Amino acid sequence: MSTVAVEEELNPATWRDGKRYAWLLGLIIPVGPFVAWGWVELTGLGVFWWFGPVLVFGLFPLLDAIVGMDEENPPDSVLKWLEQDRFYRWCTYAFIPLQYAGLAFACWMWAHGGLSTVEDLGLAFTMAMVSGIAINTAHELGHKRAANERWLSKVALAQSGYGHFFIEHNRGHHVRVATPEDPASARLGESFWAFLPRTAIGSLRSSWELEAERLRRTGSRPWTYKNDILNAWAMTVALYIVLVAVFGWVVLPYLLLQSVVGASLLEVVNYLEHYGLLRQRREDGRYERTRPEHSWNSNNVASNVMLYHLQRHSDHHANPMRRYQALRHVDEAPQLPTGYAGMIVLALVPPLWRRVMDHRVLEHYGSDVARANIAPRARRRMLAKYGTAGAAAGGGSL
Amino acid sequence: MSTFRCPVCEYVYDEREGHPREGFAAGTPWSAVPDEWACPDCGVRDKVDFEPVED
Repeated sequence: MSTVAVEEELNPATWRDGKRYAWLLGLIIPVGPFVAWGWVELTGLGVFWWFGPVLVFGLFPLLDAIVGMDEENPPDSVLKWLEQDRFYRWCTYAFIPLQYAGLAFACWMWAHGGLSTVEDLGLAFTMAMVSGIAINTAHELGHKRAANERWLSKVALAQSGYGHFFIEHNRGHHVRVATPEDPASARLGESFWAFLPRTAIGSLRSSWELEAERLRRTGSRPWTYKNDILNAWAMTVALYIVLVAVFGWVVLPYLLLQSVVGASLLEVVNYLEHYGLLRQRREDGRYERTRPEHSWNSNNVASNVMLYHLQRHSDHHANPMRRYQALRHVDEAPQLPTGYAGMIVLALVPPLWRRVMDHRVLEHYGSDVARANIAPRARRRMLAKYGTAGAAAGGGSL
Repeated sequence: MSTFRCPVCEYVYDEREGHPREGFAAGTPWSAVPDEWACPDCGVRDKVDFEPVED
């Protein structure tokens, strides 16, 4: 009898994915500029051009608090079936035409919409939210083997000009995550504002080195169209040239602004994903394998829907090619107090961030602060503040 | 000619095919692939973690 029950339970025909249609809600981000326009038309209030940042920094944190958590995992037996269901892929593909329809619309508004400067800036910030979250869409697509999905990943990155991300993330970040060598893993005691230039410059440099090394092995020099960083950036240059040719120079400053702010939005998500977490070195000098305890997770539904389960980050690092709909909650993973959306807001205010997060890192390491990934500049301070057990083990500087 | 599998994803390095995009032409022996080369698909494991595939 029990085998029948088990079989029934694991049959894809009887298991229903509660989030199946919720994934379409993620498209609220790329249609953001149109929603903004709709609200402005309805209310006559220009402030609605700021809809994007209000949505990401205000509404989503609120929705996370209201809607709550979801720890449900698809059963192992349906994972393969769930991954090959093309509906989920189309949810991510659909992002891209909407993203560029929105960008063309925004350029038209900047050029001919007769908006005030504050409204133009609001629209630029709304486009920055699209840009930044498009990097998350590109992230989902860039981890796949299929050439068409990798190409779409580059297309999604063109708006932000962050084409090198697709190299650095897959070949750099995933290999070195939660180590001091990874520019995109934040360290205990490092504020977001200190992390931002370190990750931006470090990731750029690292991606170039990785791609140059790959090309060197193929017998090619780095300055070639085969360089995936250069051909991804070329898409951005071509895109901006077309937009400037059609709409005039007036759009260029806004395009650059949305690109910088959009990339920063991606980096603030990088900041919170691995803050303070460290893989220990083994005796042979290599780092231990990446395990669930090396990523911060969250099961808040609203942020998970917006970010394609990115918050189930431990499973993503264990199985980077697993499609978003099949990512699982892992019990051993450290949990953030709220969803990524709310944590982004905290990260922008370092004293608040430290208050909420530093003690969580410490508790995660059983009060042994020396086991955390500590920012070199904060090492003395951290050991003095928290180091009792840890000071003896790792406290060369004390 | 042998093949080696990444223990995390389904990627298989086949010496007959090599991985031309990564700079390993067809016929490149596994021994010529550097130890620190990470799996080109998942990036989770390095060459030294790969397992030989039994024929």
